[in-house]
Amino acid sequence: MIPAAFDYIRAGSAEEALAALAEHGDEAKLLAGGHSLLPLMKLRLSTPAVLVDIGRLDDLSYINDAGDHLAIGALTRHRDVETSALVQSQAGLLAEATSHVGDPQVRHRGTIGGSIAHGDPASDLPSVMLAMRATLVARGPGGEREIAVDDFFTGFLETSLGDDELLTEIRVPKMPDATWGFQKFNRRAQDWAIVGVSAIVNNGNSGVGLVNMDSTPVRAAGVEAALAGGASASDAAEAAAEGTNPPSDLNAGPEYREHLARVLTRRALEAAGR
Amino acid sequence: MEVTVTINGDSHSHDVEPRTLLVHYIRDVVGLTGTNIGCDTSSCGACTIHVNGESVKSCTMLAVQADGQDLLTIEGLADGDVLHPMQESFRQCHALQCGYCTPGMVMAAVSLLDENPDPTEREVRIGLEGNLCRCTGYHNIVKAVLHCAEASS
Repeated sequence: MIPAAFDYIRAGSAEEALAALAEHGDEAKLLAGGHSLLPLMKLRLSTPAVLVDIGRLDDLSYINDAGDHLAIGALTRHRDVETSALVQSQAGLLAEATSHVGDPQVRHRGTIGGSIAHGDPASDLPSVMLAMRATLVARGPGGEREIAVDDFFTGFLETSLGDDELLTEIRVPKMPDATWGFQKFNRRAQDWAIVGVSAIVNNGNSGVGLVNMDSTPVRAAGVEAALAGGASASDAAEAAAEGTNPPSDLNAGPEYREHLARVLTRRALEAAGR
Repeated sequence: MEVTVTINGDSHSHDVEPRTLLVHYIRDVVGLTGTNIGCDTSSCGACTIHVNGESVKSCTMLAVQADGQDLLTIEGLADGDVLHPMQESFRQCHALQCGYCTPGMVMAAVSLLDENPDPTEREVRIGLEGNLCRCTGYHNIVKAVLHCAEASS
């Protein structure tokens, strides 16, 4: 399988990437590690006229301690996130979930920013972003702006990033004392999650994000509210599928996904010590 | 677009279409056919090579992305007639049946030991989750990787 023909632009800097986006608008797609986009292009589900390769913008590959949060460059590879001592100690849920993305080869190429900007409800990392209440930083022609994760995922494979914007940084609150659980249910190693759950409890506050339970990554708001009201893990988990609209595919229909969401949420909360 | 890569220590330059996949470039343009194409969807790992010393599925990378990079394929692993320790371990442990997955499996296993020189059996199984053997010969493959790790320590 070979992608449809496209023009290729290798950006030497974020500014060059933004200039290319400004010139080509919605005909252009950004290429980071390529492990979400290239498979879609090979299946001709995506046929951008222009690919802007940002894979060499090394200045957007970093993990920094920024006081109350970790600042992670959008082009940081999964491998570098999962093995980072800083991420492991300050955002253990993110390190754990990242180690379940794809397989080692995928994690050698794929990037945290690419995975999040792809906006796939079946991806693992958006659920972590929701649970940890991350902030996404985008750069565009008008400068930089911060986007709360709850305002980021707007539709199936769609985000609030503009056609002329570049996701540059992921800000994850530091939670060194948090307890957390990550659950991913699939039938074969390396598959997408049929359903997945990220749950974290920090200073009595909880966050729960769901994988593959709607057309976008979604927060299990009912579970969070029940936990805030003092419910047990098993009682709170009963609310896991509330308000979701789970997809139907070869692996599972909506009812089975709702069942999985409840079971996996309970397990994740129990792992988080609730 | 002009692409220059180092493959197994040799420099190669060619004019390629931007949409050329790296695995097609390696096999059809450079002529190194040891790297196999299996599923072509980044699931099976048959096309695994090393890019700058790390395992990568070459069906999910464009040749233009590899421009200026250092690549290693299965052909570059042995030292003349002397097999790489991982190849030797695969031979000794009979870690192949039909052999189709073997080049990718060996390249993934070498990368695995580079990152974790003394893995447990479970770590080997998880570390090779990106490579499928449709003969289901996993048991001896895992044995070979553990054998190689032990022999190298």
